[in-house]
Amino acid sequence: MAIELNGVTYETDEDGYLIQLDLWNEEVAVALANNENIKLTDAHWEVINFLRDYYDEYNVAPMIRILTKAIGKKFGQEKGNTKYLYELYPGGPSKQACKIAGLPKPTGCV
Amino acid sequence: MADIKTEQLTGKIKVPKINESAATEDRANRAREEQNVLLGFPPSKPDNWQEIALNKMGELLTKYKSLKLFLDVCVKCGACTDKCHYFLGTGDPNNMPVARQELMRKVYRKHFTTAGKLFPGLSRAEELTEDVMDEWWNYYHQCSQCRRCSVFCPFGIDTAEISMAAREIMNSVGMGQKYSNEVLGKVVTVGNNLGIEKPALQNSLEFLEDDVKEETGTDVKFPLDQKNAEVLLIAPSADFFSSPHIEGLIGYGKVFHEAGVSWTMSSYASEFANFGMFIGNYDLMKKVAIRIRDAAEELNVKRIVVGECGHAWRVAYSFWNTLIGPFDFLDPEHRSPAHICEFTLDLIQRDALKIDKSYNDDLVVTFHDSCNVARGSRMGNSPGGQFEIPRELIKSVCRNFVDMDEETIREVTYCCGAGGGLLTDELMDLRVKGAMPRAQALHEVMERNGVNTMAMICAICKAQFTKVLPEYGVDMSVVASVHQLVSNAIVLGGKKGV
Repeated sequence: MAIELNGVTYETDEDGYLIQLDLWNEEVAVALANNENIKLTDAHWEVINFLRDYYDEYNVAPMIRILTKAIGKKFGQEKGNTKYLYELYPGGPSKQACKIAGLPKPTGCV
Repeated sequence: MADIKTEQLTGKIKVPKINESAATEDRANRAREEQNVLLGFPPSKPDNWQEIALNKMGELLTKYKSLKLFLDVCVKCGACTDKCHYFLGTGDPNNMPVARQELMRKVYRKHFTTAGKLFPGLSRAEELTEDVMDEWWNYYHQCSQCRRCSVFCPFGIDTAEISMAAREIMNSVGMGQKYSNEVLGKVVTVGNNLGIEKPALQNSLEFLEDDVKEETGTDVKFPLDQKNAEVLLIAPSADFFSSPHIEGLIGYGKVFHEAGVSWTMSSYASEFANFGMFIGNYDLMKKVAIRIRDAAEELNVKRIVVGECGHAWRVAYSFWNTLIGPFDFLDPEHRSPAHICEFTLDLIQRDALKIDKSYNDDLVVTFHDSCNVARGSRMGNSPGGQFEIPRELIKSVCRNFVDMDEETIREVTYCCGAGGGLLTDELMDLRVKGAMPRAQALHEVMERNGVNTMAMICAICKAQFTKVLPEYGVDMSVVASVHQLVSNAIVLGGKKGV
């Protein structure tokens, strides 16, 4: 599978995750989100940016609780929970958000 | 996801009409070449794959007498036919345990029995062809190795063992399953299924300390790599990542804190799960498990306590001693490995923890027995401990507990639908359908008794149910860790501990 954007081909794996993570950019994120029927809002971008910063530092996606806390700090306590993240990313705040943010797919019992 | 057709919840588990080929589209993804090679398997299918596969099969038949026995003794009595959750969910006849076994049995007859060699037509024997291998790929990746069928088989034929052997044979010819092999690759290189390196693990645990402090005002520690601690706690790595797994980990931390027992986790052995079992590979199972022994020796602990993870408990309880034992360097006064449920229940029974059940008064709880705990192990020191200890523990921290229908729990519990290496997105259709029996039984107690929480002690069950129950209209918030309930009810600073 692949995404075509402005004449550039971005290869994805069978689950739709980018194969070359360093090719990620915001336009690719929008395209990846379109594939998932998600229209990216500021709140979506907040999640994406947080995930990318964390991944830059730690080479892995953060535990869900770290993410919910960060979102709660930014958008208010009532949004700092898993339920809100599932509203943003119905396919799951870890797997679906990681896909759009250009992180590898979380593996294991998740 | 949206187009998966789910059965309406009525509380009844019905045997479906046969629906030929209903699950042929449910196919696991193949591992990439480098993922196979990392584990010591061929990168892809070699030209002489049939010869290699049959040699491997011959080797397994000699090594595991049980496998030969299981292939020999079936009399087609039919007792197993309606016992598999994937059959009940899909109606695909190849998901009847006897039919699943038959996929290997017909090859066994052809190549390993005199009758099959001489009269293949009469004895329903078949060559191991590309087509047969393709059926293997499909249906041996539609077995969660839960062993429910074996309980009903008059001969005790264990389909799980046949599916493990099939996967071992497929791996020997470069047909690895992506989900399992990718995970195993991460454990043997980084130390856990998720690929969490030490700095990230440290960061996560420090975050938890701050979070619990903020919530409770108490300094509950989540120590990492602390030499000379009394207990080494081995958790499934999902406990460092997902919800409601993390809530369970917080529970373990509070228990150790209140008991005053020094403990540590290990960055080297940061995984309890052991997918080596799912793919039937003894060497990999050992390679994954030995990290735990090495960490225990390196950290100079006295005991090993393990977290909430179903198949890993089977590996620990039933295999560790031969795999990585003996554990003669640990304190003989305590059972190692001990399950966190028996550890905590013992403390509560000795009155070492202060519990206020009223914190769980908004919950009506039921317990989902995880298959590998129920049918692959025991717990504590009496028969049936694997059923009683978690229930006793729940009842010691909650006032409202109700069991589901007895034909769906304890020894005959239904699998969550994604054990055995099937917890992967491309099998979502199968996963949702395979969860039907449990969803029906849960629905019944939700309707009749007002159950709003299903507690469990397996990382796979937790991940599977939070994903698939919403497909049946059941909110994911019903899914809970047993130690999450402990965490709710434990009064910090309430006791002196042990």
